[in-house]
Amino acid sequence: MSWFDFLVRNRDEVLARTVEHIGLVAAAMAIALAIGLPLGVALVRRRNLQRWVLGIANVVQTIPSLALFGFLIPVPWIGGVGASTAIVALALYALLPILRNTCTGIMGVDAAVVESARAMGMTPRQVLWQVELPLAAPVLLAGIRVATVISIGVTTIAAAIGAGGLGVFIFRGVAMVNNKVILAGAIPAALLAVFADFALGLVQRRLASR
Amino acid sequence: MNPVSDAGEALEFSNVTFRLPSAVALLSNLNLAVARGETLILLGRSGSGKTTTLRLINRLLEPSEGEIFIAGRAARDWNPIQLRRGIGYVIQDAGLFPHWSVERNVALVPHLENWEPERIRARVKEMLDLVGLPPADFALRKPSELSGGQRQRVGVARALAADPPILLMDEPFGALDPVTRAELQREFRSLAARLKKTIVFVTHDVREALFLGTKIALLSQGRLVNIYSPEEFLRAAEPEARAFAASLQMANGEEAR
Repeated sequence: MSWFDFLVRNRDEVLARTVEHIGLVAAAMAIALAIGLPLGVALVRRRNLQRWVLGIANVVQTIPSLALFGFLIPVPWIGGVGASTAIVALALYALLPILRNTCTGIMGVDAAVVESARAMGMTPRQVLWQVELPLAAPVLLAGIRVATVISIGVTTIAAAIGAGGLGVFIFRGVAMVNNKVILAGAIPAALLAVFADFALGLVQRRLASR
Repeated sequence: MNPVSDAGEALEFSNVTFRLPSAVALLSNLNLAVARGETLILLGRSGSGKTTTLRLINRLLEPSEGEIFIAGRAARDWNPIQLRRGIGYVIQDAGLFPHWSVERNVALVPHLENWEPERIRARVKEMLDLVGLPPADFALRKPSELSGGQRQRVGVARALAADPPILLMDEPFGALDPVTRAELQREFRSLAARLKKTIVFVTHDVREALFLGTKIALLSQGRLVNIYSPEEFLRAAEPEARAFAASLQMANGEEAR
């Protein structure tokens, strides 16, 4: 029996785990965006604070994912075994690329254009929404793209703390020393990452060519 | 809330000093008045405080000391947003919004002021015609589809769209090739004469200053050297003015050869 036959035979569970996987990634990305975009915007004009926050986000990024999942389990409110802990850890990983690209994207907007916008009587809010964010959009989206692809990969490890997702097959396969089972988790996860990268890449190119 | 009023000068600087947070003064004790309908040139070398002076008028910068009056009223009493919508602004690279069409760029201030769409459309057409860009050809283009001279024309159209009584220009023709520059200077001079705006125009090009200005304010190291009419400028005794006049003669001498 090839890995493909295994996949077909267990398609119901593969599908369910894939949906679970997408759900974890989507929840984590929603949190990371809800925090990262406003925080990034707020940090643009606070250079010193920006260095600190990006530094901390950078350190978080260097914590091995399995360790981060483990660290979060005993934390009250968000901790425990299961999906919510995993989502918090995934959001922390996704935060850095979103934060960094929001800052660099907005700082990269042509200063002459922003000066014109202010000098013509746009309010700070109008400058942000009508000038800075649209012009920074391709860079912002590049950050979201990286964060999404990272999340899809790291989510496979979330199975270790009982969060479900395609990682369930991988851990089961490792325990059973059975490559077919590992691949039933690894291949859909890889396809998911490739697809997300491609789709967001398309959006990014469309924004950049405007 | 329109910066036009019947009283006083269009613009006045009273003992204005601007310092950086590091206490370095970019502008010291500036006293200057601009009458309505006048084109005042701020002439000076790089770092003389020309652009600083300009940016103090529309409150992109705030004076450290002294007071600026616009239409007889202290600038600090104006709401900065309202003030800026009543003052046109054109800079060297035009500063057009690259993600917007020419039409949308020109419509900026009318749009911010919530004009009726019909009125905005008519005004944009009028402005593009005024600066010599047929709307049928240019309205829907992006700034990236324009030449440098055309971009600058759009910049002027955008600045004039809401019919502001005051126009600030920071080396608007500085980055253009000499032929295009001369063409825009000629057109701008007749435009300025027709529109009767109060214009403050920054340049380091003495020819441009003499050609466009009704008055020339010479700045050096953050201080006002003097204010001249174009005729007076060439006969001025101050060494800073003579240095500029000499640069002009040198250029003329080379042409004669």
